Amino acid sequence: MDTSQLLKTVSFIEMGARERAFALLDPGSGHELIGPFERMKSPWLEPQGIAAQADDGVVVAKGSIGGQPAVVLAIEGSFQGGSLGEVGGAKIAGSLELAAEDNRRGVPTRAVLLLETGGVRLQEANLGLAAIAEIHAAIADLRRHQPVVAVVAGTVGCFGGMSVAAALCSYLVVTREARVGLNGPQVIEQEAGIEEYDSRDRPFIWSLSGGEQRFRTGLADRYVEDDAAGIAATVRELFAQGVPAQHRDQRIGEFLDLLARVDTARQPDGAYARAAFGKGN
Amino acid sequence: MGQATEDLSIRGRVWFEQLAQGGAPVAGLAESVLASDLRMGTREARIIAVVPDPGNPFPRAARGEFGLLEGWNVAKAVTDAVAADLNAPVKRALVAIVDIPSQAYGRREEAYGIHLALAASGGAYAAARMAGHPVVALIVGKAMSGGFLAHGYQANRIIALDDPGVVIHAMNRAAAARITLRSVADLEVLAAKVPPMAYDVRHFSTLGLLWRLIQVGDPQHPSAQDLALVRQTLLEALDDIERVPFRSRLEAPNRAASAAVRARLREEWQ
Repeated sequence: MDTSQLLKTVSFIEMGARERAFALLDPGSGHELIGPFERMKSPWLEPQGIAAQADDGVVVAKGSIGGQPAVVLAIEGSFQGGSLGEVGGAKIAGSLELAAEDNRRGVPTRAVLLLETGGVRLQEANLGLAAIAEIHAAIADLRRHQPVVAVVAGTVGCFGGMSVAAALCSYLVVTREARVGLNGPQVIEQEAGIEEYDSRDRPFIWSLSGGEQRFRTGLADRYVEDDAAGIAATVRELFAQGVPAQHRDQRIGEFLDLLARVDTARQPDGAYARAAFGKGN
Repeated sequence: MGQATEDLSIRGRVWFEQLAQGGAPVAGLAESVLASDLRMGTREARIIAVVPDPGNPFPRAARGEFGLLEGWNVAKAVTDAVAADLNAPVKRALVAIVDIPSQAYGRREEAYGIHLALAASGGAYAAARMAGHPVVALIVGKAMSGGFLAHGYQANRIIALDDPGVVIHAMNRAAAARITLRSVADLEVLAAKVPPMAYDVRHFSTLGLLWRLIQVGDPQHPSAQDLALVRQTLLEALDDIERVPFRSRLEAPNRAASAAVRARLREEWQ
C-alpha cells in the first residue's frame, strides 16, 4: 500500500469493541442490544473487589451486512483481558442462539465474532466455561444455516475456549498483530517450563501463533491489513462465499494424516510447522 | 509444574472398561482414545474415554491430557458413529466418560493447532446431538477446562459422581492463583463464597449444569452395585433425553444472569 492509501486507512486495531462492531455493519443500519445504559453487569466481580463494567466487556450490535440481517459480537480486550464471564458470555451465546432461531423461521441472520480474549474469566470460572460451551453449541447450530465469521485483529489475541470458538467458525480472519492459540504463553511456560515455551520471547510466540503463521499453516482463511474498510469488505466477501461444504474442524482425515507425518520427537519452530501444515507457501 | 507430581488417574479407564464390558471395541483410534459399541437397554451406544498413554507420541499429552491426537480421534469416533447411523431410524447413544486432568500445554500443541483439534471433537459431539444422537457425559474424575469443552460439555445431559475426586473447573488451582495474582489460600477463600469459582462438584451442582449427581461406594474401583447404579442412571438419562431432548441449564438461581441476559436480548432483538 502506498503512502496516500496509508493516510486514508483507518486502523481497526486502534478501535474499541463498539466502534469495531459498527464499522462492520452497513452504515446507519446498526443498533446496540443490552447497551451499557442497561447496566447488565457481572454479579460476581464486585463481591471480589473488582470493578465491574456496564457492558461486561461485550458489545452486541445488530443491523445488516451487505443488506442482509447480521449481528456483530465484539469482545472488549481492554476490560479484564477480554475474559468472558457469565453476562458477556450469555450476550454472545444468546445472540447466536437467536440468530439460529431466526434462520429456522426464514430470517437469514448472520453473525460475526470479534475476538480479543484470554478465554474464561477466572473470577467467574465455571460460569465462563459453561457460557463458552454454549457459544460452541450455538456456532455449531448457526453455521448449518449461515457462515459464521470470526475476526481476530489484535492486540489481545484469542485464547482458551474462545480459540476453540474461533476454530468452529466458518471463516477466520487474522491480521499480523493477531495471535490465536489454546493456551496463553504464560500458562504454557508455567505448566511445561521455559524450554518448552518462553513467554517473554515475542518473536517466538508470533512465529507459532501469530496471524501470518496461522494463515500460512492453513488454520486461518484470510490474512488482512489493519484497515477497517478492508476488514469490512473481507467479511462481506466471506459471507458471499456461503457456508463451506466442510468446515475446517470436520476435515478429520486430513488433519490426522498431517499429524501422522510430523516428527513428534522434534520441538517445532514456525518454519517446520509451515512445512508440515502449509501448502508449500 | 502442576500435575507432574500427581499419579496418573485410573478412573477413566476403569469406568470405561467396566461399562464397555461385552462391547465391540472400535479399532483405528489413538492409544489414548478408547471407544466401544454396545447395547444399553433398548439402544445401541458408543462409549468413549480419553485415558493416559505413557507412549503418546506427543509427550505433553502422555498423562491423560486432552491434546491433538485426542481431539481428532474423539472427533473420528463420534463422526464415524454419526455416519454409520445416517439412515438408521434410531441413532445410537454416545456416552463420554470424562476424566481429564487438563488440556495439553506444549509447543507442539500450539504449533499444530490444538485449538482446532478441540473444536473438532466438541463440534463432532454437537453435530451428533443435533443429528438426533442422545449424548451423555459421565464425569468420574477431573473435567478440566478445554478438555471438558471438547469431551463432555456438548452432551444433552451431564452426570457426575458425587466424590471429592471429581473436579470441574476452568484452570487448576495453582495456575489460576498465579494468573489472577492471588495466593492459593486466597483463592480457596474466594472459592468458598463465590459458587462459580469452587472446585468441588457439590458447589458445581448449584450452577444448574448437572442433570444428576450420583453417589457410588468406590469411584476408583467400582463395585457391582456402583456399576448397576451408574448403568441405571445412564439408561434414565437416555429415556429423559427421548422425552425432552434439550433441557434448560439456565434455571438455577446461580445462573440467574445467564437467563436474564437471554430474556432481554429476545425483547430487543427485532
